[in-house]
Amino acid sequence: MTPIVKVENLTKHFPIKKNALARRKAGNVKAVDGISFEIAPGETLGMVGESGCGKTTAGRTIIKLYEPTGGKIYFEGEDITDMAPSAMRSYRSKMQIIFQDPFASLNPRHTIGRIIAAPFEIQNITPEGGVRRAVQTLMERVGLNPEHYNRFPHEFSGGQRQRIGIARSIALKPKFIVADEPVSALDVSIQAQIINLLDDLQTEFGMSFLFIAHDLSVVQHISDRVAVMYLGKIMEIAPTTDLYAAPHHPYTKALLSAVPVPDPHTERTRERILLHGDLPSPMNPPTGCVFNTRCWKAQDRCRSDEPELLQIGASSVACHFPE
Amino acid sequence: MINYVLRRLLYAAVILLLVSMAVYAIFQFLPFDPAALTCGKNCRPNLIAANRVRLGFDKPVWEQYWLFLSGIFVGRDYGVGSAAFSCPAPSLGYSFRQNACVTDLIKQALPVTLSLAIGALILWLIVGIGLGILAARFKDSPIDTGSTVFVLIGTSLPTFVTGLLLLIYLTLKNNIIPLNFDGYVSIFDHPSKFFIYFLLPWITLAFAFSAIYTRYTRSAVIEISGEDYIRTALAKGLKPKVVLRKHTLRAALAPLTTLAGLDFAGLLGGAILTETIFDLPGLGRMSLKAVNDFDLPVVLATTLLAAAIVVIMNLIVDLLYAVLDPRVRVG
Amino acid sequence: MTRLLDINDLHVTFPTEDGDVKAVDGISLTLDAGETVAVVGESGSGKTVTSLSVLGLHNKKRTRLTGEILVHSERGAVDVVSCGDEELRKLRGSAVAMIFQDPMSSLHPYYSIGNQLSEAYRVVTKASKKDALKRCVEMLDLVGIPEPQKRVKEYPHQFSGGMRQRVMIAMAIINNPRILIADEPTTALDVTVQAQILTLLKELQKEFNMGILLITHDLGVVAEVADRVNVMYAGKVVERGTVDDIYYRPLAPYTMGLLSSIPSVYGKGTGRLSAIPGQPPSLISLPEGCSFASRCSFASQVVGASCATDAPQLIEDEPGHSARCHLALADRRTAGAKFAAKGGTA
Ligand SMILES: Nc1ncnc2c1ncn2[C@@H]1O[C@H](COP(=O)(O)OP(=O)(O)OP(=O)(O)O)[C@@H](O)[C@H]1O
Ligand SMILES: Nc1ncnc2c1ncn2[C@@H]1O[C@H](COP(=O)(O)OP(=O)(O)OP(=O)(O)O)[C@@H](O)[C@H]1O
Ligand code: SF4
Ligand code: SF4
Ligand SMILES: [Mg+2]
Ligand SMILES: [Mg+2]
Repeated sequence: MTPIVKVENLTKHFPIKKNALARRKAGNVKAVDGISFEIAPGETLGMVGESGCGKTTAGRTIIKLYEPTGGKIYFEGEDITDMAPSAMRSYRSKMQIIFQDPFASLNPRHTIGRIIAAPFEIQNITPEGGVRRAVQTLMERVGLNPEHYNRFPHEFSGGQRQRIGIARSIALKPKFIVADEPVSALDVSIQAQIINLLDDLQTEFGMSFLFIAHDLSVVQHISDRVAVMYLGKIMEIAPTTDLYAAPHHPYTKALLSAVPVPDPHTERTRERILLHGDLPSPMNPPTGCVFNTRCWKAQDRCRSDEPELLQIGASSVACHFPE
Repeated sequence: MINYVLRRLLYAAVILLLVSMAVYAIFQFLPFDPAALTCGKNCRPNLIAANRVRLGFDKPVWEQYWLFLSGIFVGRDYGVGSAAFSCPAPSLGYSFRQNACVTDLIKQALPVTLSLAIGALILWLIVGIGLGILAARFKDSPIDTGSTVFVLIGTSLPTFVTGLLLLIYLTLKNNIIPLNFDGYVSIFDHPSKFFIYFLLPWITLAFAFSAIYTRYTRSAVIEISGEDYIRTALAKGLKPKVVLRKHTLRAALAPLTTLAGLDFAGLLGGAILTETIFDLPGLGRMSLKAVNDFDLPVVLATTLLAAAIVVIMNLIVDLLYAVLDPRVRVG
Repeated sequence: MTRLLDINDLHVTFPTEDGDVKAVDGISLTLDAGETVAVVGESGSGKTVTSLSVLGLHNKKRTRLTGEILVHSERGAVDVVSCGDEELRKLRGSAVAMIFQDPMSSLHPYYSIGNQLSEAYRVVTKASKKDALKRCVEMLDLVGIPEPQKRVKEYPHQFSGGMRQRVMIAMAIINNPRILIADEPTTALDVTVQAQILTLLKELQKEFNMGILLITHDLGVVAEVADRVNVMYAGKVVERGTVDDIYYRPLAPYTMGLLSSIPSVYGKGTGRLSAIPGQPPSLISLPEGCSFASRCSFASQVVGASCATDAPQLIEDEPGHSARCHLALADRRTAGAKFAAKGGTA
């Protein structure tokens, strides 16, 4: 089966200018630095990693909200890497994004009805039975009261706003949705509602997800496979059960062991790998393996040779000395 | 930091040069013959021709510009033989209208404007910031309401109205501040006369500005008071007074240096209205008069001076800000 | 055990244009030396308001505070609610210290780390500048900042988030306070950095025998560090007990809902989450009866009282384990067993 989305060696660098007068570049933020993966129809790929590791940038570049610096993006087998915006338009209805911040991503001056109807307007589509009918059906589907059609975003709670964002993104029945931390700003009880909703929508419409989050438990719950990112690169990508049961990459292992578990007994008994130091700057990442400054297994080779993603069982791991 | 200062100095020099070129160019394109303007209505062609040569208006534009520029550094000689005269460096040209080197004219007017501007600045900083802090500290109290009224009046009354009202009520009707017929005296020669001379102009100017500064200070102090780091400071057990002085004001007032610096620079360029109302022989009135008289060398020089002051003030303000805010200074 | 803190029936109300916001609606809790007491709850449940009350950091003019907050120190007990400003100020930093959620904005951007740290030290000890600086370097070293001698002269923006939180911790414990209030100390940090900070807090607690009041919404963090837990909902404590009580034998329906909402790394990870429907009530018009009634799936099973009209009291159902619910204890025990954490089935 052709994957819905396939990226090869995708790269996105942001140039850093020292100041407005000196036009010369002071360097590059290597936000995404050569990542490759595929997402099958109906599949959810989770993407985890610490703040600033390039998850958002990756998600936005894949649906070409950012122009990629290098690499290839295929959508349903078609190379869309260099496609002009006009040609992209027909693809836009097939790929959508849900944003992290349900407070900042909705225009405060537009009614809910107008916000959710925006995709119809942009694509110049009149759904069967009219826009209003379609929007109200959508609202009902995501658990909003359709009578609130004419209300404004500030009248809604965080969870409800995220539902609005979800309704907007599924309006055109896209085949692929990038969900960028859709539940990170929400409370656990509300978070569970949204996760369930996304689950149901996927079963109903069979769409694929790139589900970005820093919360490993949420990702585990919703994903078929998970990609672990660090400093713009994929460290490990594996089926969810394999990744959580037997992480092969030292970073994945450390990350998993750092997540506090809501179970006092487990917490008291399990061993924790404490990483030292902070994330290095993505402006000048370490040479060789980018994780070598914090890795307890690092050898000389790690500082000189960059490990490639290699297959270990069902997992792909970028490490010279995998677990 | 040193690098930053040097780089900024270089930029400032380049900008000044560009400004001088631009100003010079504008005056070249004005539809006047500068030589014809050197003498009044009864100009004869031969006098115009002679002045043209004496002032160098016969030379190509770029050479005139070069003479003007070099004059600033080495002074400038005009004419030849017995008719020769010179303006020593820094020369900004020669005014035929007033038969004087422009630099000398500026030297007379600058102290007046400087005294006016500095005095007003001090006054409005004290009143504006003080009142702003009080209003913020006692938010929603009568003090705050009073300050709001003050801000409203101060920002809506034009300077000439304030000035005339003060003149009429304080001096003419009630004679609280005596009229001064001696003209400008230096603070070093006669301090008390100096203060009386400038008191009303200061108040007039400071009135409008302090209203703006009150409003700014009040909102900045209120905003900063809600910052997390102010809560941290209180949680340390610092006295509220110390928190206000060391933590809140430092952060609230640092951006004020920029505002104050630029306002001050604007005033040095000439507070035309205030100087006119109170008949102060400062730069503002001088340029106004020069414009009316088509005294081009003076207009050119004062324009350039005003531009230079703004550029230099900008530099000072930025350097000052770098000293105040470590985020600008380091990295 | 040494009692450090007693909060009795604390109410915090903010009068606003729309009406009175009852942010904290009668909570009581205690803290002993050497223990960590957690306050968990969703956003807006009143956790931060409670913690700020202990240091008296609310704007007095805009807040109505009633009840009692007794801080016990060598000098005896002081009631933060009723004591004078000067007395309150003397408690801050020396008896009670606090670290905040956002280490990015909690340090003054214009002053060096050394300046801000030594200020905290000198306001209590009146030490000389030189001694204070020496102490700062020691403290930075203690909280694990490399090259403290050099870093002490740097400014907050030159530190990463984790480093800044370490600085905040150093600042909080520089005067050896007996009570440390940590309001979401790791929420803004990445998990690997969070692990570092929590470990550091545990070590420091052991070393100095501090009582820590930990405010968080993360049930994982609570399970990791807390001894006792208070679960808050809409300004009230709805359940209180030891960590094991709360996770393995929850007695309040809200706690059960919370536990079953979290997808767990060590859980099965499949199937639907049992989300709590709806959302918390407005604090301006709290319902007459149980605040949780509109979202509670057990409300219909209650006999002898009406969840919609009768407000339940916090009742000690088992020794040291209290809950606020009308439902019969036996029914809650059965329900709790179903929702309880798996108990280390990793
Ligand atoms: N428009 C931009 N210009 C310059 N740098 C950027 C831009 N967007 C992101 N970056 C940088 O690229 C890196 C990756 O950012 P990104 O937002 O993709 O991270 P993330 O993994 O989504 O982090 P978070 O978990 O905090 O959302 C960061 O260092 C960020 O500062
Ligand atoms: N100064 C104030 N004036 C009015 N309402 C306030 C004020 N401070 C807090 N509140 C309200 O009190 C309630 C409790 O706030 P609090 O900050 O304690 O919540 P929290 O439990 O800490 O939540 P979070 O997890 O989001 O930090 C909220 O509804 C909040 O809007
Ligand atoms: S390659 Fe080396 S440094 Fe990188 S993760 Fe593997 S062992 Fe660690
Ligand atoms: S009192 Fe009623 S509504 Fe409240 S938690 Fe108990 S059963 Fe649910
Ligand atoms: Mg992101
Ligand atoms: Mg809070």
